[in-house]
Amino acid sequence: MLSAPLVIEYPFNRTTGPVIGAFLTGLQAKRVLGIRGADGRVVCPPVEYDPQTGAPLTEMVEVGTEGEIVSWSWVERVRDGQPLDRPHALALVRLDGADTAMLHAVDASGPDAVRTGARVRIRWADELQGLIGDIACFELVDGDGGGA
Amino acid sequence: MSDDRTISRLPDGLWTQPEVSAPDLGDIGNIEPVQRIRVPAAMTYDYTPGEAPTRFLMGLAEKKILGEKCPVTGDVYVPPRGMSPAVGLPTSEQVEVGPKGSITSFCVVHIGFGVNAPPTPFVSALVLPDGAAVSVYGTVLEIPHDQVRIGMRVEPVWADDADLAPSFESIRHWRPIDEPDTPAELLKGHM
Amino acid sequence: MRDVAIVSVSQSDHVRALPERNEVEMVQPIIEGAFRNLGASISDIDFVCSGSSDYLAGQAFSFVMTLDAVGAFPPIVESHVEMDGAWALYEAWVKIQTGHADTALVYGYSKASPGDLPRVMSRQLDPYYQAPLWPDSVAIAGLQARAMIESGKITEAEMAAVAHRSREAARGNPHAQLQGSAPVEELLAAPYLSDPLRRHDCPPITDGGVAVILAAGDRARSWVDRPAWIRGIDHRVDSHNLGARDLTVAPSVALAAAKAGVANGKVDVAEVYAPFSHQEKIVVDALGLGDDVVVNPSGGALAANPVMGAGLIRLGEVAQRIMDGTADRGVGHATAGPCLQQNLVCVLEGEG
Repeated sequence: MLSAPLVIEYPFNRTTGPVIGAFLTGLQAKRVLGIRGADGRVVCPPVEYDPQTGAPLTEMVEVGTEGEIVSWSWVERVRDGQPLDRPHALALVRLDGADTAMLHAVDASGPDAVRTGARVRIRWADELQGLIGDIACFELVDGDGGGA
Repeated sequence: MSDDRTISRLPDGLWTQPEVSAPDLGDIGNIEPVQRIRVPAAMTYDYTPGEAPTRFLMGLAEKKILGEKCPVTGDVYVPPRGMSPAVGLPTSEQVEVGPKGSITSFCVVHIGFGVNAPPTPFVSALVLPDGAAVSVYGTVLEIPHDQVRIGMRVEPVWADDADLAPSFESIRHWRPIDEPDTPAELLKGHM
Repeated sequence: MRDVAIVSVSQSDHVRALPERNEVEMVQPIIEGAFRNLGASISDIDFVCSGSSDYLAGQAFSFVMTLDAVGAFPPIVESHVEMDGAWALYEAWVKIQTGHADTALVYGYSKASPGDLPRVMSRQLDPYYQAPLWPDSVAIAGLQARAMIESGKITEAEMAAVAHRSREAARGNPHAQLQGSAPVEELLAAPYLSDPLRRHDCPPITDGGVAVILAAGDRARSWVDRPAWIRGIDHRVDSHNLGARDLTVAPSVALAAAKAGVANGKVDVAEVYAPFSHQEKIVVDALGLGDDVVVNPSGGALAANPVMGAGLIRLGEVAQRIMDGTADRGVGHATAGPCLQQNLVCVLEGEG
């Protein structure tokens, strides 16, 4: 049977707008911004419109670089482009001062090292470019040093 | 900016995004505000052509252009995809078409694209192989581009025997042959 | 409102991969089957709408190519949604409601085998914050499963029981890809695929599709004795901001169910598109269904998951049971997006 590899590739150059742009600019400075939602709760990563009401949001606030795991799963089979090239946790992390959670990888030696509620902190990338990848991953505060 | 283009207006007037306030982060050095990001995405697939295209590709490896026939209208589609688009029924009867054909349309390309494009300017054309109902895409070489015309008779230039494969690249390009042009009326509906 | 019914359902025999055929060759027999059920042809159809995603097989304009399978000449009135065929059915239903059509052909299909589906699905996530991390769809679903487990709303044993029940039920479904299941104890002894999900908690990857024919009023009655009337249909979406949602509930399911009128009568059967074992409970609870309702007698998405078709299949499975008289009133549900973000609910009923 005939077969051939087919690579679909998109360059994708995206404008950010003022809210996402401010967040990504902050990351480049190792700072994290959220935005106040319609009910006053802080959404991080920030969005332009309230997730519940759709109202436009304007008041950005700084949140912490540490937080807690809200939920997680274990990624045993690592795929191209993921934040870590070894098995890791995929987690929703609520940073201090935020009321919603951010999706990212957590570097840990195994699923036994991870739990909901665990404190994690941002591990910054060596090269900061104004992308979500400026957060290389999260690491456990009471660390087991990760899988390295 | 003039105001004469049609913009839908909300009852209160044109909506604009409200100003965003961000906290003062103090001295953050020479960091430019981020306004756009590059996020390339690539995915790899294991492509398989399907039964009818496979039969067609195998034919190319033998220097044959094999179309497939609609069971109702008798039209021969090339390259075949497996179904007659006019009736939604399988085509399975193979019919060898061409190898000669007539140009049904063409354009002169001045800006090359892709790694395999010929030197510009070159002619991209739709060629209707003799006996087929629809045209195939190809490049036309070995003739000055300003002499190419609709109805011109052409034949495929095949790859060297060692390079023949179940691939459209088995046809390198098309070149003119010394036959009278096909009248345009016979080409209508066959692009 | 016009009375619109599903009058024909046709599915492929779902398989892990169908590499020898392209999408056109895979879809054509399904569509031919939908016509054959009625002795009808494309000339009886006023509107065609399909649901599919080019990303699955990496084929740009895949849905344009598959129109070869419909016989779209002379030109037809046609539309497409880059979504599950259930939403194509919704568009066709709207078209009929407006009076622009009396009949419609709706189909959905997936050829996911050429690609790495869990990786491909990451393209539906937020392009700034999530897609660049390339999270796979299984790990994403695992976030919701963990939230369910840790909130006490489900246990791993209950998840395994759903998987077991579904695939055992699929023994009676000639189209199902996975038929039969190991006992629950054996399932629970298996290692995690993506903690907290084990392989049995996850849907298979499937090549396959489904086609359905809709008809209004007397046209439907002329075609079949017992049309499956669409009494209500509605779809809603929750925020795409995954971190802002309570992943243990699906408000869009509840809202769509209310708007579709699920509670207006007895529900005999429900087919819900819950590709991961922990999700059935979220959907069934949001639909407000009691324990007396038969859920996913077809085996559901755990037995066959042709993405972009599996939702329409749920509607078709309910319709089939109404048409053959084994059920009087049922609910079909379709979902899209990560962790049950977007949902469609359809109430179907037979007459007499």
